[in-house]
Amino acid sequence: MTVLRAILVWCAIAGIVAVSLAVAAGSEYLQYRRPVYVAAGFAGVIALALLLVQPLLAAGLLPGIPMRAGRRVHRWTGVALLSAIAVHVAGLWITSPPDMVDALTFTAPTAFSVFGVVAMWALIAAALLAGFRRKLRLRPQSWRLSHTTAASVVVVGSVAHAVLIEGTMGTVSKTVMCAVAVGALALTVGRLKPWTGALRGWRRQAGK
Amino acid sequence: MPQTSMPRRTFIATGAAALLTAGTGLVSPLRSQGLAPSTSMRGGANNYRPGAPVVDRIGGGGFMMSGTVRRAGDGAPLEGIRIQIWAHTTEGRESDARSHGATLTNAEGMFQLEMPQIVPTFGQPHGHLAYDSGDFETVFLRPVMASARDTSLAAHFVLQPA
Repeated sequence: MTVLRAILVWCAIAGIVAVSLAVAAGSEYLQYRRPVYVAAGFAGVIALALLLVQPLLAAGLLPGIPMRAGRRVHRWTGVALLSAIAVHVAGLWITSPPDMVDALTFTAPTAFSVFGVVAMWALIAAALLAGFRRKLRLRPQSWRLSHTTAASVVVVGSVAHAVLIEGTMGTVSKTVMCAVAVGALALTVGRLKPWTGALRGWRRQAGK
Repeated sequence: MPQTSMPRRTFIATGAAALLTAGTGLVSPLRSQGLAPSTSMRGGANNYRPGAPVVDRIGGGGFMMSGTVRRAGDGAPLEGIRIQIWAHTTEGRESDARSHGATLTNAEGMFQLEMPQIVPTFGQPHGHLAYDSGDFETVFLRPVMASARDTSLAAHFVLQPA
Protein backbone atom coordinates (compact mmCIF):
# COMPACT_ATOMS: atom_id res chain seq x y z
CA MET A 1 0.00 0.00 0.00
CA THR A 2 2.76 2.45 0.91
CA VAL A 3 4.62 1.45 -2.24
CA LEU A 4 1.55 2.11 -4.35
CA ARG A 5 1.06 5.47 -2.65
CA ALA A 6 4.70 6.40 -3.27
CA ILE A 7 4.42 5.47 -6.96
CA LEU A 8 1.22 7.51 -7.31
CA VAL A 9 2.64 10.62 -5.62
CA TRP A 10 5.88 10.56 -7.62
CA CYS A 11 4.08 9.87 -10.90
CA ALA A 12 1.69 12.76 -10.23
CA ILE A 13 4.54 15.20 -9.56
CA ALA A 14 6.63 13.98 -12.50
CA GLY A 15 3.55 14.08 -14.74
CA ILE A 16 2.61 17.65 -13.81
CA VAL A 17 6.18 18.87 -14.39
CA ALA A 18 6.66 16.91 -17.64
CA VAL A 19 3.33 18.06 -19.13
CA SER A 20 3.98 21.70 -18.15
CA LEU A 21 7.43 21.64 -19.78
CA ALA A 22 6.08 19.88 -22.88
CA VAL A 23 3.26 22.40 -23.31
CA ALA A 24 5.69 25.32 -22.86
CA ALA A 25 8.11 23.72 -25.34
CA GLY A 26 5.30 23.59 -27.91
CA SER A 27 4.37 27.26 -27.54
CA GLU A 28 4.07 29.20 -30.80
CA TYR A 29 5.71 32.22 -29.12
CA LEU A 30 9.09 30.46 -28.89
CA GLN A 31 9.82 30.91 -32.60
CA TYR A 32 9.78 34.69 -32.17
CA ARG A 33 12.22 34.70 -29.24
CA ARG A 34 15.99 34.75 -29.02
CA PRO A 35 17.61 31.70 -27.35
CA VAL A 36 18.46 33.72 -24.25
CA TYR A 37 14.79 34.74 -23.81
CA VAL A 38 13.69 31.11 -24.32
CA ALA A 39 16.20 29.98 -21.68
CA ALA A 40 15.01 32.68 -19.26
CA GLY A 41 11.40 31.55 -19.71
CA PHE A 42 12.19 27.89 -19.12
CA ALA A 43 14.29 28.76 -16.06
CA GLY A 44 11.09 30.30 -14.67
CA VAL A 45 9.08 27.14 -15.40
CA ILE A 46 11.78 24.98 -13.78
CA ALA A 47 11.80 27.25 -10.71
CA LEU A 48 8.02 26.82 -10.40
CA ALA A 49 8.48 23.05 -10.71
CA LEU A 50 11.04 23.07 -7.89
CA LEU A 51 8.54 24.93 -5.71
CA LEU A 52 6.24 21.88 -5.87
CA VAL A 53 8.68 19.63 -4.02
CA GLN A 54 10.73 22.14 -2.00
CA PRO A 55 8.32 22.50 0.97
CA LEU A 56 7.44 18.77 0.98
CA LEU A 57 11.15 17.86 1.23
CA ALA A 58 11.55 20.04 4.31
CA ALA A 59 8.69 18.27 6.06
CA GLY A 60 9.65 14.77 4.97
CA LEU A 61 6.28 14.45 3.27
CA LEU A 62 7.56 12.97 0.02
CA PRO A 63 7.28 9.19 0.01
CA GLY A 64 10.66 7.45 0.09
CA ILE A 65 12.50 10.54 1.39
CA PRO A 66 12.30 10.73 5.19
CA MET A 67 12.75 14.05 7.00
CA ARG A 68 16.52 13.67 7.53
CA ALA A 69 17.33 12.90 3.89
CA GLY A 70 14.65 15.36 2.78
CA ARG A 71 16.35 18.26 4.56
CA ARG A 72 19.63 17.44 2.80
CA VAL A 73 17.93 17.36 -0.62
CA HIS A 74 15.98 20.51 0.40
CA ARG A 75 19.27 22.44 0.63
CA TRP A 76 20.29 21.38 -2.85
CA THR A 77 16.88 22.10 -4.40
CA GLY A 78 17.19 25.49 -2.69
CA VAL A 79 20.49 26.08 -4.48
CA ALA A 80 18.90 24.90 -7.74
CA LEU A 81 15.99 27.32 -7.18
CA LEU A 82 18.41 30.23 -6.67
CA SER A 83 20.29 29.26 -9.84
CA ALA A 84 17.07 29.01 -11.86
CA ILE A 85 15.98 32.48 -10.72
CA ALA A 86 19.46 33.87 -11.48
CA VAL A 87 19.17 32.53 -15.06
CA HIS A 88 15.58 33.83 -15.29
CA VAL A 89 16.50 37.38 -14.23
CA ALA A 90 19.80 37.53 -16.14
CA GLY A 91 18.19 36.17 -19.32
CA LEU A 92 15.35 38.68 -19.17
CA TRP A 93 17.86 41.45 -18.49
CA ILE A 94 19.79 40.56 -21.65
CA THR A 95 16.52 40.29 -23.62
CA SER A 96 15.26 43.77 -22.70
CA PRO A 97 17.31 45.78 -20.16
CA PRO A 98 14.80 48.66 -19.76
CA ASP A 99 11.91 46.27 -18.99
CA MET A 100 14.02 44.45 -16.39
CA VAL A 101 15.16 47.71 -14.78
CA ASP A 102 11.48 48.75 -14.49
CA ALA A 103 10.63 45.42 -12.87
CA LEU A 104 13.50 45.50 -10.36
CA THR A 105 12.76 49.10 -9.37
CA PHE A 106 9.01 48.40 -9.02
CA THR A 107 8.12 50.84 -11.81
CA ALA A 108 6.91 48.27 -14.37
CA PRO A 109 3.36 48.66 -15.76
CA THR A 110 2.60 45.00 -14.98
CA ALA A 111 1.50 43.72 -11.56
CA PHE A 112 3.18 40.34 -12.09
CA SER A 113 6.58 42.05 -12.12
CA VAL A 114 5.99 43.26 -8.57
CA PHE A 115 4.99 39.76 -7.41
CA GLY A 116 8.00 38.23 -9.14
CA VAL A 117 10.53 40.66 -7.69
CA VAL A 118 9.05 40.37 -4.17
CA ALA A 119 9.26 36.57 -4.47
CA MET A 120 12.89 36.88 -5.64
CA TRP A 121 13.89 38.96 -2.60
CA ALA A 122 12.01 36.59 -0.29
CA LEU A 123 13.91 33.70 -1.87
CA ILE A 124 17.21 35.50 -1.27
CA ALA A 125 16.16 36.15 2.34
CA ALA A 126 15.22 32.48 2.87
CA ALA A 127 18.53 31.38 1.33
CA LEU A 128 20.57 33.78 3.47
CA LEU A 129 18.79 32.53 6.59
CA ALA A 130 19.69 28.99 5.56
CA GLY A 131 23.27 29.80 4.57
CA PHE A 132 24.10 31.76 7.73
CA ARG A 133 22.02 29.71 10.13
CA ARG A 134 24.94 29.03 12.52
CA LYS A 135 26.35 32.56 12.38
CA LEU A 136 22.98 34.17 12.95
CA ARG A 137 22.56 32.33 16.28
CA LEU A 138 18.79 32.71 16.20
CA ARG A 139 16.76 30.48 18.50
CA PRO A 140 15.72 27.45 16.43
CA GLN A 141 12.06 28.38 16.73
CA SER A 142 12.67 31.96 15.52
CA TRP A 143 14.85 30.73 12.67
CA ARG A 144 12.21 28.26 11.56
CA LEU A 145 9.41 30.84 11.67
CA SER A 146 11.53 33.37 9.71
CA HIS A 147 12.57 30.84 7.08
CA THR A 148 9.01 29.52 6.67
CA THR A 149 7.59 33.06 6.42
CA ALA A 150 10.10 33.99 3.70
CA ALA A 151 9.42 30.69 1.91
CA SER A 152 5.66 31.33 2.03
CA VAL A 153 6.17 34.75 0.41
CA VAL A 154 8.25 32.99 -2.28
CA VAL A 155 5.45 30.54 -3.09
CA VAL A 156 2.55 33.02 -2.95
CA GLY A 157 4.50 35.68 -4.89
CA SER A 158 5.67 33.19 -7.52
CA VAL A 159 2.17 31.79 -8.02
CA ALA A 160 0.67 35.28 -8.48
CA HIS A 161 3.58 36.12 -10.83
CA ALA A 162 3.03 33.00 -12.93
CA VAL A 163 -0.77 33.17 -13.10
CA LEU A 164 -0.82 36.79 -14.34
CA ILE A 165 1.77 36.24 -17.09
CA GLU A 166 0.77 35.60 -20.68
CA GLY A 167 3.71 33.55 -21.86
CA THR A 168 4.72 30.15 -23.13
CA MET A 169 3.11 28.08 -20.34
CA GLY A 170 -0.29 26.50 -20.99
CA THR A 171 -3.16 27.92 -18.92
CA VAL A 172 -4.33 24.55 -17.57
CA SER A 173 -0.90 23.09 -16.74
CA LYS A 174 0.17 26.39 -15.18
CA THR A 175 -2.95 26.56 -13.01
CA VAL A 176 -2.49 22.95 -11.88
CA MET A 177 1.17 23.58 -11.05
CA CYS A 178 0.35 26.71 -9.06
CA ALA A 179 -2.46 24.95 -7.17
CA VAL A 180 -0.14 22.07 -6.24
CA ALA A 181 2.60 24.51 -5.15
CA VAL A 182 0.16 26.31 -2.82
CA GLY A 183 -1.18 22.95 -1.59
CA ALA A 184 2.33 21.66 -0.88
CA LEU A 185 3.14 24.81 1.09
CA ALA A 186 -0.12 24.60 3.09
CA LEU A 187 0.45 20.90 3.83
CA THR A 188 4.02 21.56 4.99
CA VAL A 189 3.19 24.57 7.15
CA GLY A 190 0.23 22.69 8.64
CA ARG A 191 2.47 19.75 9.50
CA LEU A 192 5.49 21.66 10.84
CA LYS A 193 3.52 24.42 12.62
CA PRO A 194 6.54 26.74 12.68
CA TRP A 195 4.78 29.31 14.89
CA THR A 196 4.30 27.16 18.01
CA GLY A 197 7.77 27.33 19.53
CA ALA A 198 8.45 30.85 18.37
CA LEU A 199 5.30 32.27 19.93
CA ARG A 200 5.92 30.47 23.22
CA GLY A 201 9.41 31.93 23.31
CA TRP A 202 8.18 35.46 22.69
CA ARG A 203 5.54 35.16 25.37
CA ARG A 204 8.09 33.92 27.85
CA GLN A 205 10.44 36.78 27.01
CA ALA A 206 7.62 39.29 27.24
CA GLY A 207 6.58 37.87 30.64
CA LYS A 208 10.01 38.37 32.18
CA MET B 1 -42.56 50.87 18.50
CA PRO B 2 -39.10 50.67 16.89
CA GLN B 3 -36.95 53.76 17.04
CA THR B 4 -34.21 54.79 14.62
CA SER B 5 -30.95 55.21 16.46
CA MET B 6 -29.34 58.07 14.55
CA PRO B 7 -28.24 60.73 17.01
CA ARG B 8 -29.03 64.32 16.18
CA ARG B 9 -25.30 65.15 16.01
CA THR B 10 -24.71 62.46 13.34
CA PHE B 11 -27.74 63.65 11.38
CA ILE B 12 -26.52 67.26 11.31
CA ALA B 13 -22.92 66.27 10.48
CA THR B 14 -24.03 64.04 7.59
CA GLY B 15 -26.32 66.72 6.21
CA ALA B 16 -23.63 69.38 6.44
CA ALA B 17 -21.06 67.14 4.74
CA ALA B 18 -23.48 66.37 1.91
CA LEU B 19 -24.20 70.08 1.39
CA LEU B 20 -20.51 70.95 1.43
CA THR B 21 -19.51 68.42 -1.22
CA ALA B 22 -22.46 68.36 -3.61
CA GLY B 23 -23.78 71.89 -2.96
CA THR B 24 -20.49 73.69 -3.65
CA GLY B 25 -19.69 71.62 -6.72
CA LEU B 26 -16.51 70.09 -5.26
CA VAL B 27 -17.36 66.66 -6.68
CA SER B 28 -18.70 67.71 -10.06
CA PRO B 29 -16.40 66.30 -12.77
CA LEU B 30 -18.28 68.21 -15.45
CA ARG B 31 -16.50 71.40 -14.50
CA SER B 32 -12.98 70.22 -15.46
CA GLN B 33 -11.09 72.53 -17.80
CA GLY B 34 -11.54 70.93 -21.24
CA LEU B 35 -9.65 67.89 -22.52
CA ALA B 36 -6.81 66.78 -20.24
CA PRO B 37 -3.43 65.95 -21.86
CA SER B 38 -2.26 62.32 -22.11
CA THR B 39 0.42 61.29 -19.65
CA SER B 40 3.14 58.81 -20.59
CA MET B 41 2.41 55.23 -19.53
CA ARG B 42 4.79 53.22 -17.37
CA GLY B 43 7.31 51.38 -19.54
CA GLY B 44 6.06 53.22 -22.64
CA ALA B 45 9.50 54.50 -23.65
CA ASN B 46 11.22 51.09 -23.37
CA ASN B 47 13.27 50.19 -26.46
CA TYR B 48 12.40 53.53 -28.15
CA ARG B 49 14.63 54.47 -31.11
CA PRO B 50 14.58 58.24 -31.72
CA GLY B 51 14.27 59.20 -35.37
CA ALA B 52 12.78 56.01 -36.79
CA PRO B 53 11.83 56.76 -40.43
CA VAL B 54 8.30 57.42 -41.70
CA VAL B 55 7.21 54.26 -43.54
CA ASP B 56 4.18 53.04 -45.52
CA ARG B 57 4.17 49.78 -43.56
CA ILE B 58 6.38 48.05 -40.98
CA GLY B 59 7.63 44.73 -42.41
CA GLY B 60 5.04 42.51 -44.10
CA GLY B 61 2.04 43.96 -42.27
CA GLY B 62 -1.12 42.08 -41.28
CA PHE B 63 -1.79 43.96 -38.04
CA MET B 64 -3.30 47.46 -37.83
CA MET B 65 -2.18 50.07 -35.33
CA SER B 66 -4.36 53.17 -35.36
CA GLY B 67 -5.36 56.14 -33.25
CA THR B 68 -6.00 59.86 -33.02
CA VAL B 69 -4.02 62.92 -31.97
CA ARG B 70 -5.84 65.90 -30.48
CA ARG B 71 -4.83 69.11 -28.73
CA ALA B 72 -5.32 69.36 -24.99
CA GLY B 73 -8.02 71.79 -23.89
CA ASP B 74 -10.20 72.29 -26.99
CA GLY B 75 -9.69 68.76 -28.40
CA ALA B 76 -8.92 70.03 -31.92
CA PRO B 77 -7.52 67.31 -34.25
CA LEU B 78 -3.82 67.80 -35.04
CA GLU B 79 -2.59 67.23 -38.60
CA GLY B 80 0.91 66.15 -39.68
CA ILE B 81 1.91 64.88 -36.25
CA ARG B 82 4.64 62.23 -36.35
CA ILE B 83 3.89 59.14 -34.28
CA GLN B 84 6.48 56.37 -33.88
CA ILE B 85 5.21 52.80 -33.44
CA TRP B 86 7.10 49.67 -32.34
CA ALA B 87 6.41 46.28 -30.76
CA HIS B 88 7.58 42.68 -30.45
CA THR B 89 6.10 41.05 -33.55
CA THR B 90 6.29 37.86 -35.56
CA GLU B 91 9.04 39.55 -37.60
CA GLY B 92 11.24 41.15 -34.97
CA ARG B 93 11.92 42.06 -31.39
CA GLU B 94 11.07 45.38 -29.75
CA SER B 95 14.66 46.61 -29.85
CA ASP B 96 15.25 45.74 -33.55
CA ALA B 97 15.36 48.72 -35.93
CA ARG B 98 13.07 46.90 -38.39
CA SER B 99 10.33 46.68 -35.73
CA HIS B 100 10.14 50.49 -35.62
CA GLY B 101 8.37 52.86 -37.99
CA ALA B 102 6.70 56.26 -37.94
CA THR B 103 3.58 57.71 -39.58
CA LEU B 104 1.84 61.10 -39.80
CA THR B 105 -1.69 62.11 -38.83
CA ASN B 106 -4.20 63.25 -41.49
CA ALA B 107 -6.44 66.34 -41.39
CA GLU B 108 -8.81 64.60 -38.97
CA GLY B 109 -5.92 63.91 -36.59
CA MET B 110 -6.07 60.18 -37.36
CA PHE B 111 -3.16 57.85 -38.05
CA GLN B 112 -2.86 54.21 -38.97
CA LEU B 113 0.12 52.03 -39.74
CA GLU B 114 0.15 48.42 -40.83
CA MET B 115 2.73 46.25 -39.04
CA PRO B 116 3.41 42.55 -38.40
CA GLN B 117 1.26 40.67 -35.86
CA ILE B 118 2.11 41.65 -32.27
CA VAL B 119 3.22 38.71 -30.08
CA PRO B 120 3.21 38.77 -26.25
CA THR B 121 6.56 39.72 -24.78
CA PHE B 122 7.51 40.25 -21.14
CA GLY B 123 4.19 38.69 -20.17
CA GLN B 124 1.76 40.92 -22.12
CA PRO B 125 0.73 41.43 -25.76
CA HIS B 126 1.37 45.17 -26.10
CA GLY B 127 2.49 47.88 -28.47
CA HIS B 128 4.45 51.11 -28.03
CA LEU B 129 3.68 54.55 -29.51
CA ALA B 130 5.57 57.78 -29.11
CA TYR B 131 5.10 61.46 -29.84
CA ASP B 132 8.53 63.08 -29.47
CA SER B 133 8.85 65.94 -32.02
CA GLY B 134 9.19 68.92 -29.72
CA ASP B 135 6.18 71.15 -30.52
CA PHE B 136 4.16 69.43 -27.82
CA GLU B 137 5.13 67.65 -24.59
CA THR B 138 6.58 64.18 -25.27
CA VAL B 139 4.15 61.27 -24.67
CA PHE B 140 4.89 57.52 -24.67
CA LEU B 141 1.91 55.13 -24.78
CA ARG B 142 1.93 51.38 -24.12
CA PRO B 143 -1.53 49.95 -24.99
CA VAL B 144 -2.21 46.30 -24.10
CA MET B 145 -4.25 44.01 -26.39
CA ALA B 146 -7.38 42.46 -24.86
CA SER B 147 -6.38 39.20 -26.52
CA ALA B 148 -3.12 38.04 -28.10
CA ARG B 149 -5.27 36.97 -31.09
CA ASP B 150 -6.39 40.54 -31.85
CA THR B 151 -5.23 41.87 -35.23
CA SER B 152 -5.57 45.56 -34.40
CA LEU B 153 -4.85 47.96 -31.58
CA ALA B 154 -5.68 51.64 -31.03
CA ALA B 155 -4.09 54.39 -28.95
CA HIS B 156 -5.10 58.02 -28.61
CA PHE B 157 -2.95 61.05 -27.89
CA VAL B 158 -4.01 64.36 -26.33
CA LEU B 159 -0.99 66.65 -26.61
CA GLN B 160 -0.09 69.65 -24.50
CA PRO B 161 1.79 72.48 -26.32
CA ALA B 162 5.39 72.54 -25.09
